[in-house]
Amino acid sequence: MLWCKDAEFSQGAYSLSAGLQIEAGKVTAVIGPSGAGKSTLLGGIAGFVPQTRGALYWKGVDITTLAPAKRPVSMLFQDNNLFPHLSVMQNVALALGPKLKPGATDRKRVEQMLGLVGLDGMADRKPAELSGGQQSRAALARALLQDRDVMLMDEPFSALGPGLKAEMLDLSVALAKEAGRTVVMVTHDPSDAARVADSIIGVSPNKAWPPIATQSFLSDPPAAFVDYLG
Amino acid sequence: MARSAFSISAALIVAGLIIGPVTAVLWRGGGFTALSAADVSALKFTIWQAFWSALISVVLAIPVARALARRAFWGRSALISVMGAPFILPVIVAILGLLAVFGGNGMLNLLLSPLGLPRLEIYGAQGVILAHVFFNLPLAVRLILQGWLAVPSERFRVAASLGAPVFWLLEWPMLRRVVPGAFAVIFVICLGSFAVALTLGGGPRATTVELAIYQAFKFDFDLSKAASLAVVQLCLGLGAGGLALFLSRGDLLGAGFDRVVQRWDGSKVLDAVCIGFAALFLLAPLVAVAIAGVTGLIDLPSSVWGAAVRSLMIALGAIVLTMTLALPLATKAGEAASLLGISVSGLVLGTGLFLIVQPFVRPSSVALPVTMVVNVLMALPFVLRILRPGIEAARADFGRLGQSLGLSGFALWRIVYLPRVRRPMGFAAGLTGALAMGDLGVITLFSRPGEGTLPLMMYDLMGRYQMDAAYGAALVLVVLSLGVFWVFDKGGRAHAVV
Repeated sequence: MLWCKDAEFSQGAYSLSAGLQIEAGKVTAVIGPSGAGKSTLLGGIAGFVPQTRGALYWKGVDITTLAPAKRPVSMLFQDNNLFPHLSVMQNVALALGPKLKPGATDRKRVEQMLGLVGLDGMADRKPAELSGGQQSRAALARALLQDRDVMLMDEPFSALGPGLKAEMLDLSVALAKEAGRTVVMVTHDPSDAARVADSIIGVSPNKAWPPIATQSFLSDPPAAFVDYLG
Repeated sequence: MARSAFSISAALIVAGLIIGPVTAVLWRGGGFTALSAADVSALKFTIWQAFWSALISVVLAIPVARALARRAFWGRSALISVMGAPFILPVIVAILGLLAVFGGNGMLNLLLSPLGLPRLEIYGAQGVILAHVFFNLPLAVRLILQGWLAVPSERFRVAASLGAPVFWLLEWPMLRRVVPGAFAVIFVICLGSFAVALTLGGGPRATTVELAIYQAFKFDFDLSKAASLAVVQLCLGLGAGGLALFLSRGDLLGAGFDRVVQRWDGSKVLDAVCIGFAALFLLAPLVAVAIAGVTGLIDLPSSVWGAAVRSLMIALGAIVLTMTLALPLATKAGEAASLLGISVSGLVLGTGLFLIVQPFVRPSSVALPVTMVVNVLMALPFVLRILRPGIEAARADFGRLGQSLGLSGFALWRIVYLPRVRRPMGFAAGLTGALAMGDLGVITLFSRPGEGTLPLMMYDLMGRYQMDAAYGAALVLVVLSLGVFWVFDKGGRAHAVV
């Protein structure tokens, strides 16, 4: 379980309070109006946005003060998930350590993962030589290869068309579940949540609410989200 | 955090290297023996020549910039590139070029004398101003051209359709905004001019404060006097540097000149004359050096090669040191710290370093390292201005990704930042190398004959009237400094991803 205990994450003048628990091994969507603080919540969990109050626990261990790389968290950002100057192999292999020339064992693990996300034979390409969907797949491969319990997704597929977006979402969730990961994904589209999420965290300005089962959130939304869901 | 620890130590090193010598100068010169009449006239001349150099450069630049802004012609972009050359051209080389054109036996006098016209005299105040205009006219043209190209072309279209006076409506407001900044920048550059005054000036009527510092060192060996003159130069530089920073907007090395604004006014003939004269004025000395240099190669003394190696070493050392300091300093605060160095002239720093090392070692034994360090401090503000945008963009785009992958310290630089800034780094390194290679400043205070750099050797040859050999050495120097620039700039571009 990921537990934000009376937490507050602050970035400049903006702050978001979050007292909530996220169940391990499940898919939790984060929805709410733009600018409310969905990305701030993920940034806070990942350690990029400073935590100004409360504590953060993963499976009972206090991770409040850990640096981003020390947290049990991998992240897919909204954009710039791949270094344009590195090949797909190098980009994905960074999950295994700060090396630009991965050894044979590491190469094999990367190639295996690339096969899993449907990027067979693309290892030597640069990101610019991939389509948008393929770039997302490479980023997903790296996030999965990072041996971290929690995978955070900050709308990494928002630049893709609707069909491709749904496909990537399904693929990510399926592979993450198979690997036993806990997924927390930001979306501004309730149908994404309906599609893959077990429960939903609503974020209204300055406050992230505890998760509610997807069905009940969407059919009988809390007062703060009635207008948003329309 | 590791990054800030690196940044802070780099900032401390730079600040120390500037503040240390300045403190030494203030301490030694602080007693402030009243300025002699000669010192006062040096101060007056410094301001006077800087004022006229800046004014003439700017006034001449306006029609040239206007012509370049509104005319497309074959060789336009090449000409604009050549206008960037004086920035990396060694001063002493340009001076030899000017001598070949405007000097006693120069081309112009050869043309004038059969016509019974009086001979031009290049030595003296007019020569100092001429050389400053040569160096700064291109800079003024580029700064003002940027202003012209920043006026949206739609406005010229509207003005043309209304038959409105383009100058008063569009150009005058732009000039009023851009010209004071260009004037201030050039004024400051000319205040700190040393090599030009050393070679073309001198005497009671054409000595700058910087030259007076040198003379106090070399002829009087009066360190207190040198220090109090350095205090004067320091005040001049800080005051004028502040003024320039306040007045100047615009990017000295910016690109993006390939646009021509379509216009429906102005005389084609006038524009052609302006561009033609500017090109002739800038190119003739360069061509003259090249021609005289080739014939002068046979007169080169063998000691040229030792000097060339020393210059190359200074250039390469300056590149390594500048880049090592610049990368961690590529922040707003770091750039501010390095700007300290731009208002403190090389000779002031040199005087201070001389005062610091003199009790411990023979100053001439550290001539080369000191020259290198001073050149690093002089290059840093330019280098940071070139590097900072790229590094900040890399940090904004990939900083979090790097952190989430656990990249930090050296690995973060090697894997993320350096590949993103290869191209500007190559350019900046080339610039640093070329500037250090051609520098004729602080080395004159420290070095002894036969142990100097190539520019210093050229100056010696000129002093001994071995002009042919001096031209030969100039050619070697140009080839080497442009070569250093080219190699690094090219190296940055090869396989660069951005």
